[in-house]
Amino acid sequence: MGSTNSTLIKIPNVEELMQETGFSTAHIIRLHDRFKELDKERRGYLCPRDFEAIKGLAINPIGDRIIGAFFSPGRETVDFYTFVRILAHFRPADNSRPKESSSPEPINSRTNKLKFVFQLYDLDKDGKISRIDLLKVLRGMLEMQVTEEQLDSIVDRTIQEADLDGDDAISFEEFRKSLEKVNIDHKMSIRFLR
Amino acid sequence: MAFLQTSALFLVLLVIFNTQCRAVTIEDEDDYTIKSSKTDAGSTTNTSGDAPAGITTLPIVIWKWHHVETPYLVALWILTCWLCKLVSELNHKVTNVIPESGVLIILGFVLGGIVWGADKAQTFKLAPVNFFYYLLPQIVLDASYCMPNKLFFSNLGAILLHAVIGTCWNAAAVGIALWGCYEGGAMGDLDIGPLQFLLFGALLSAVDPVAVIAVFEEVHVNEVLYILVFGESLLNDGVTVVLYNVFDAFVSLGGPKINATEIIKGIISFFVVAFGGSFLGVVFAIITSLMTRITYKVQIIEAGFIIVIGYLSYLTAEMLSLSAILSITFCGVCCQKYINANMDEKSVITLRYTLKVMANGSETMIFVFLGVSAIDKNIWVWNTGFILLTVLFIVVFRFMGVFFLNWILNQSRLIPISFTDQLVMSYGGLRGAVAYGLAAILDEKKIPEKNLMLGTTLIVVYFTVVLQGITMKPLVQWLNVKRSTQSDLTLNGKANNRVFEHVVTAMEDICGRMGDNWWTRNWNYFENKYICWLLMKKEARKINDKILGAFHTLNMEDARNYVIENEKKGSLEFIRNYDAASVDFKKKLALDYADIMPDIMADMSDYDFNIENVPVTSVIRNPVPSVSMDIHEQDMRNMNGELNAHHLLEQHLYKSRTHNRPTYSRSHYNTTQNPEEVQEIFQRTMRNRLESFKATKRSVSPANKKISKHSKNDSTMKTNGKPVDPHRTHPLGDEDFEFSADSASSSEAAANFPGRSKNRSGAGIDNPAFIHEMDTSFPMRNPPWQTGTSMNLAPSQRAEGRLPWTPTDLTRLSPMMADASVDEEAPEKHEDKPGSHNTRL
Repeated sequence: MGSTNSTLIKIPNVEELMQETGFSTAHIIRLHDRFKELDKERRGYLCPRDFEAIKGLAINPIGDRIIGAFFSPGRETVDFYTFVRILAHFRPADNSRPKESSSPEPINSRTNKLKFVFQLYDLDKDGKISRIDLLKVLRGMLEMQVTEEQLDSIVDRTIQEADLDGDDAISFEEFRKSLEKVNIDHKMSIRFLR
Repeated sequence: MAFLQTSALFLVLLVIFNTQCRAVTIEDEDDYTIKSSKTDAGSTTNTSGDAPAGITTLPIVIWKWHHVETPYLVALWILTCWLCKLVSELNHKVTNVIPESGVLIILGFVLGGIVWGADKAQTFKLAPVNFFYYLLPQIVLDASYCMPNKLFFSNLGAILLHAVIGTCWNAAAVGIALWGCYEGGAMGDLDIGPLQFLLFGALLSAVDPVAVIAVFEEVHVNEVLYILVFGESLLNDGVTVVLYNVFDAFVSLGGPKINATEIIKGIISFFVVAFGGSFLGVVFAIITSLMTRITYKVQIIEAGFIIVIGYLSYLTAEMLSLSAILSITFCGVCCQKYINANMDEKSVITLRYTLKVMANGSETMIFVFLGVSAIDKNIWVWNTGFILLTVLFIVVFRFMGVFFLNWILNQSRLIPISFTDQLVMSYGGLRGAVAYGLAAILDEKKIPEKNLMLGTTLIVVYFTVVLQGITMKPLVQWLNVKRSTQSDLTLNGKANNRVFEHVVTAMEDICGRMGDNWWTRNWNYFENKYICWLLMKKEARKINDKILGAFHTLNMEDARNYVIENEKKGSLEFIRNYDAASVDFKKKLALDYADIMPDIMADMSDYDFNIENVPVTSVIRNPVPSVSMDIHEQDMRNMNGELNAHHLLEQHLYKSRTHNRPTYSRSHYNTTQNPEEVQEIFQRTMRNRLESFKATKRSVSPANKKISKHSKNDSTMKTNGKPVDPHRTHPLGDEDFEFSADSASSSEAAANFPGRSKNRSGAGIDNPAFIHEMDTSFPMRNPPWQTGTSMNLAPSQRAEGRLPWTPTDLTRLSPMMADASVDEEAPEKHEDKPGSHNTRL
């Protein structure tokens, strides 16, 4: 237990972090180990290139967007606190814990999970998924399988499906509505973060 | 009730008739293939006994009942069973309370009673051989073929745990507990040893897929719960049979001879049989998939291949004494993706329906015969203690097993199985025909109390299927079990799903753990790279993408809805009378030509119009060039609907020319459609739509440009195109030409479309939906010298002799279609058809 405590002590604001994210000590330690592993130059923060070195991310069609999600605009680094906060989006929701109406919405709530995905689409941060935003994502995902025309039409149809106010873009509200029936909790959770 | 009476009466007649004519005793009419040799032998001896005696003169008609007895009875029984199903479906008040399987069993009692009353013996019962060889395979094949694949594999761990460990637990626990009670003196004096009890426990451990499907399909529980119960029931049948065989062998060996080696052998054989069967199934799945790469050449029997190979996988496994049920299950589950991609859409539908017919049919027979078999004095040996304890243990141990295994599973599951789900899972442990079949093949020499076991098994089956079946629905409601949510297929859903997958995989990468998604991704990668390459046709591989698939399906749905909606309103009635429509179009054409080029008309009046060979679409295409083009803004939404309907409309229209050809063919679904022609028409119209759509959609700036271009083209059309028209109507004339059309030029041509659709309302063809059919691209690109073929398409006397074209018919359509499309199609705009175009190519 000594080593556990010593690891925890090294992390600043660990109490607050656990409170906010709902992670257990074991999770935090595991994530901290991983963080250090990624941080090859021992700077105490991660740069985009640290992420780019991860093999799986390099072949992920939307990998660069996901990396981008870790960095708030204008910043080139991410510290452990933020790192954990982002990963906390993917903690499965726990039904066992009683919901206190007074407490702020947990990071892994449905809305927050959706928000995370939404901002992956919305690169220009205008609060809307525009045609171009969607086109870029879909092109990445469908790769060689479709022609430009097909892609165009798929994008159009996708937007039309969700677009309620007819502005040819998907706002967050519309995005949420279009995924109303999808079990986000199931799809956007990672088992070992439970 | 009238039906019940009718069928009962029918059956009485049948039975009486049967008793009178009985010469060969048939234990089981179902047993036809096995027995047929015997019966044939019997009937030949019979007829040979009859015939030589009486021939004095040439008989005109001979009564040859024995000739047909077996197949006749089989057919009659099938009919009777199906009538029972019909009866049970007549009154929904009954099936709302009692599940259909229960009703069928009860009707089976009635039938059995009638047979008993007539014969004073139960002449018909479910013979295990028939059940295992002729009734069960198709049910399992159907279930596995229609299995939601992804759900199944993502829950495979849980399913296997329940199917293997759960089943073993049930078998052992029930067997040992019963033996304990027997030793304790709860059942009086029975001649059953501990091994026999274990054997009995093993045969009762099978949760029956037939019963489970029948009950669970009616209650619509959430999909995870459904797949757990259903997958378990499917796989544990295999496990049960294996266990049964092992214990059966032990019983034959006898207690004293069983030592550690035998037990170890038993365990090894258990795994060999189970995994060997599954592996064999996968091998057969690969064979099936490879077959479907080439079966398109014999499309009419394509679906049959799957069924036969599936059946062969069952029989082969049986032959190698591997688990046949597991074999056919894995065959179905593994091949479904590839064969669905490889086969023609029609074959897929055929296969699906054929399997459904066979599976439902035999399911019905199984339940009815489970009822019929009960009405037999000989099998009933009553032992209250034994029967009651069995029922009790079955239920109790099922609950214990399920809860324990789920507790283990919940330690690591992302979404834990909730308590209510576990309750329903336990309660869903319905026993069925597999248990009965296994009980019926018990060897009376080895197991003196066979009849007690058989009777008890029947009681257990009735208890679980009827009683638990009846209470299942109220239970599900009362527990407020999460029901399945009908999620609509949306592109958003599919696309976002993909994003979710990528995001979660990326997060796993970042966390540096190999989670579920890591496996999924690597499997997908491997599958796409190697397995699909091996098992799928090249064309099929292309469209093997979920998003594209969803896109295609949505488009097809739109088209169908559109036509249905409009048919309801009566606005597309000419689709149904396409014969008249084709004539009308020709008549119209004739009038057109008369207007435009009277001299040519005069020349051509000698030619036969040759209606049979002229594709209507190519005929109706011709009026377009002569249409005057008002270029005005179109209301795009109005057109969406029409676009959606194209596929269907075009098919209908295209058929019209084929009326005089033979409509029946042995080897093709529809010989009248030359596949190349269809393909050509399809491609052309699709391309057109795609392009026109794009053009109109990107409305203002590009469209203007294009429209102006178009008007130029149009003028060339008018000067250049008109004289050419008659040639073009030749079916071959336009073919060469159209295939050469590249998308760039056709896009240019198609850009004309928006301006075209509303014009010439008086002329009849102002329905935009149909104008799409007309390929404007080709008048421009079909210079006279290219189509030298003939002038034989001039409107003939024959065409003129038909009903005249009434322009009002079609003008009337226009507003209605517009309305409809505004109603339905507003949210999803124009991009519909291009997608199906793409996915189809």
